[in-house]
Amino acid sequence: MLRHPADEPAPRGPEVLGSMGAAHGDRLYVPGSSPIHRLAPQCKILSTVLFVVAVVAAPREQFWAFAMFGVLLVAMAMLARLPMLVMARRLTIELPFVAFALALPFVAEGPRHDVGPFSLSMDGSWGAWNILVKGTLGVAAGLIVSATTTVPDLIRGLDRLRMPAPLIAMLTFMVRYADVIADEMRRMRIARLSRGHDPRWFWQVRAVAQSAGTLFVRSYERGERVFLAMQSRGYDGAMPSAGGTSASPGRWTAALVLPAIAVVVTTASWVARAR
Amino acid sequence: MTPALEVRKVSYAYPDGTFALRGVSLTVEPGERVAVLGPNGAGKTTLALHLNGVLGGGPGEVLVGGMRVDKAHLRECRRRVGIVFQDPDDQLFMPTVAQDVAFGPSNLGVAGDDLSATVDVALAAVGMSGVADRAPHHLSFGQRRRVAVATVLAMQPQLLVLDEPTSNLDPASRRELSEVIRSLDLTVLVVTHDLPYALELCPRSIVLNEGSVTADGPTAELLCDDELMAANRLELPFGFSVPR
Repeated sequence: MLRHPADEPAPRGPEVLGSMGAAHGDRLYVPGSSPIHRLAPQCKILSTVLFVVAVVAAPREQFWAFAMFGVLLVAMAMLARLPMLVMARRLTIELPFVAFALALPFVAEGPRHDVGPFSLSMDGSWGAWNILVKGTLGVAAGLIVSATTTVPDLIRGLDRLRMPAPLIAMLTFMVRYADVIADEMRRMRIARLSRGHDPRWFWQVRAVAQSAGTLFVRSYERGERVFLAMQSRGYDGAMPSAGGTSASPGRWTAALVLPAIAVVVTTASWVARAR
Repeated sequence: MTPALEVRKVSYAYPDGTFALRGVSLTVEPGERVAVLGPNGAGKTTLALHLNGVLGGGPGEVLVGGMRVDKAHLRECRRRVGIVFQDPDDQLFMPTVAQDVAFGPSNLGVAGDDLSATVDVALAAVGMSGVADRAPHHLSFGQRRRVAVATVLAMQPQLLVLDEPTSNLDPASRRELSEVIRSLDLTVLVVTHDLPYALELCPRSIVLNEGSVTADGPTAELLCDDELMAANRLELPFGFSVPR
């Protein structure tokens, strides 16, 4: 009998994987066993998309509606037992987009109102609020899904939702090879540094660009080798199914409660606005 | 008895005109473990890719278990000949080890419980049952190599071809791999320039140089023939001598 001490399953979780410098795909995943974690990925994806559509469709001047959406998301995050501080920190990913929204009140045309020393455009202020609140809610909803679903599960979910097979295959390969390519990039960078390259000097960008070119060619060649290996195992153009399981009608109903409430809120806010 | 593998006067030139194989002929009997030795660029990998019909189209023919490797039998060829490639990252491309091992057999139409049984057997054969649900890129290099062997075993091949199986392996992984290879009841072709490994695993060796077969005989004898070795750019590692 062969003994393979290295075969014992390693503990899972982002900390351990992060220390290996790997696990690109699962960096956002927060392990858990909450009802949200256990919900089939296709349910989570569809429910999130519908929720975001409802949020985007709500009229911007009905502040109470957005408060309701926010409460719904916080309830979801609590149900999934996600660490609020971590989630809040992850929200900062939207900052570059928010920066654009914050410029709107200053640059937009139309009637203006004075806030302290600034003269702000009314239209611009409403536009900024609109982008800010809807963007934040959308990003937060996405973050909850990615924190409760592993990347392979997300791909299975998209497959169950009939995303075209070539796109699924591309996603699968991307997840598989992101680390391999990042690793190759890291090795090339270390090799450059070892030969006296100092990337702080902007005019050395040339060497960086050349590395990028090399990296592209290497990845392309790897693609060819992977294809050879696939052919050698009988690949004939069809990838095996991603292997998701179907969700029961009960699960679907549970998953659709969130977007259903959101649609009710949006409808109510339009009715309130019409009065 | 039908030979497990028969290569008859196969030649191959790459699109840019360089000859990789010049009239290669060799025969391997069922159950044999044979090493294909040669320096870098000798045409070893090109030969391996001819055995399952990924490359071809030049003069000559390849027969696997008596069946001609050509367009009409491609699917069966690829089942019969399992190639383990040099870089396991090229071979393992699915999200989990189990899915990767299942890739080959599912292309052959195996499905459901049969498929998972096939996967279990193949992973057990290389001692890697414990990692079925892990992602390939989270495994050590030696583990990935053994999983790569399992992906091929899952297709129940008659001929196992290993391309530079020891490259980048540490001594322990190297030994574990040879234990796995020994435990298989298969015809095995080890393509390598790792001469001690060839000696350890394969009673017989074939030397390939500049696209031609230059020697074929018992491994120990070939490795002791200094003239032959020098003529084919083959060298034993420092301090190594063939036990007689």
